[in-house]
Amino acid sequence: MVNRAFLSDRTRQDFPILHQSVNGHPLVYLDNAASTQRPGCVIEEISRYYREDHANVHRGLHALSTRATQLYEAARTRVARFLNAAQPASIVFTRGTTESINLVAASWVTARLRPGEVILTTEMEHHANLIPWQIAAQRTGAQLKFLPVTGEDGAGVDWDRLERLLDELPVRFLAFTHISNSLGCVNPIARICQAAKKVGVITLVDAAQSAGHSPLDVQAIDCDFLAFSGHKCCGPTGIGVLYGKSHLLEQMEPYQVGGEMISSVTYERAEWKPAPHRFEAGTPHIAGAIGLAKALDYLDRLGRPAIESNDHLLGRLAYERLRELPGIRILGPRQDRAGIVSFQLGRIHAHDLVAYADQFGVALRGGHHCTQPLMRKLGLSASARASFYFYNTTEEIDRLLNTLRSAADYFGA
Amino acid sequence: MELDELYQSMILDHARRPRNFGELAPPAVRSEGYNPACGDQITLYVRKGQNDTIEELRFTGQACAICMASASLMTVQIKGKPVREALRLEREFIRSLTGPDDLGPALGNLRALAGVKRFPQRLKCATLSWHALEEALNQPAGPSEGGGPQG
Ligand SMILES: Cc1ncc(COP(=O)(O)O)c(C=O)c1O
Repeated sequence: MVNRAFLSDRTRQDFPILHQSVNGHPLVYLDNAASTQRPGCVIEEISRYYREDHANVHRGLHALSTRATQLYEAARTRVARFLNAAQPASIVFTRGTTESINLVAASWVTARLRPGEVILTTEMEHHANLIPWQIAAQRTGAQLKFLPVTGEDGAGVDWDRLERLLDELPVRFLAFTHISNSLGCVNPIARICQAAKKVGVITLVDAAQSAGHSPLDVQAIDCDFLAFSGHKCCGPTGIGVLYGKSHLLEQMEPYQVGGEMISSVTYERAEWKPAPHRFEAGTPHIAGAIGLAKALDYLDRLGRPAIESNDHLLGRLAYERLRELPGIRILGPRQDRAGIVSFQLGRIHAHDLVAYADQFGVALRGGHHCTQPLMRKLGLSASARASFYFYNTTEEIDRLLNTLRSAADYFGA
Repeated sequence: MELDELYQSMILDHARRPRNFGELAPPAVRSEGYNPACGDQITLYVRKGQNDTIEELRFTGQACAICMASASLMTVQIKGKPVREALRLEREFIRSLTGPDDLGPALGNLRALAGVKRFPQRLKCATLSWHALEEALNQPAGPSEGGGPQG
């Protein structure tokens, strides 16, 4: 592997938004875990669709509606290929990871769990992969249990304990993230899902931070459900994906009801269409799905293995460089980290640090990153976070470091 | 630099060395301020004296420089003042941070927070301790333990 981020040279010019100044300095966008930016081809495709092909889908018989329907369903097929799903019918379009997880919580978990059974998750989950399970547990009388995050700075979960826990507890359902959005650790999803499958536990993978970053093959991983968001992988906001194994989706009741999802309706009752349309009540985000398909084309042209090694390179470099700063505390593991680095610099509050960096054009995230219980466990009320994508350069890591050094002077950390 | 307007030296000084930092035992009342967006958290302790004055007040917490400095400046400014005057100061402070007027001389050292007007996303940080103050002053003085809602 070359010791230099190698994808930025080829990709930066594809992202119009990156070429601007913020507060008089060239923008350094390091908030990719919150949302990535889009290449011109995705922006163009969305506007082309609205200029040339838009009508409602699955309703009209006229030319535009036919075209829009074809493009929308082709986007579903594209997502299926992106995840190596066995069939497009396994792909449900949603608003994003949050809605995908809520759908499974309502239509599978709440409908099936019985009092005393266990929903297992980890202490590192995003609120989107925590609160739906809290509610499902309250509604069903199931218990919510957590695999602990170990290490003073949150190295990750000790997955060797999983098999014993699965033996000891009446676990029915296991939900966990692939890449942690605050620790930057990478969980061994295939190993986890296979251990769960052996004992008949249904799995959900939160792939919000990995879909645009790592190769994902749902058949090899053998997860039952997987969720991700378009806006975190070069696609539009407001569109996301739920992958579900077909036999599970077919058993599930709708999450929302209305138009587009029924096969026949009388005044008294209705019958549902088969999955995935059963789960797509109302007019969907057609342009979003089409834009997402374009984004996935873009990512696969770069190649996800290349994106992944580029990410890991930037993540490791940032980690090693940040360690040079006096008084820094970096969260997450030392080894095997993705391109996400959360930290606390001396006694400077994350909010002040982010405001300071912004004055020099460096966009960071500050706060609890929607992982409040984890931050509390690590003894922090907030942390700052730099998160990278393939268009980021090693020079931008230098800019980050210079900014943090001068912030330390400024605030007297 | 625009940032220097926000982080005036008075602000940085109070953030590093907050005045009246600490707890007060009951019958002082206690109130919490929490800003979930950025994790600012302040606990305020207020003991009223004779003639409805604020005899003693202290705070603890973990928060950004703006929030810490605002809490610290507030305690210095209103300690020993009648409750009515403290509430008037609060209204004036919040009105001038959110409205078109400058921070007037009545606000004293609080004027160091004027830079917040240019950083509207920091308004909550600057006003958190003041909202906690209002809540504390509206509580009946508790002879009992704890007192005040749990954060
Ligand atoms: C790990 C993880 N899960 C879930 C989400 C929620 O994604 P969205 O807000 O797009 O629904 C995020 C986004 O921050 C995330 O990082």
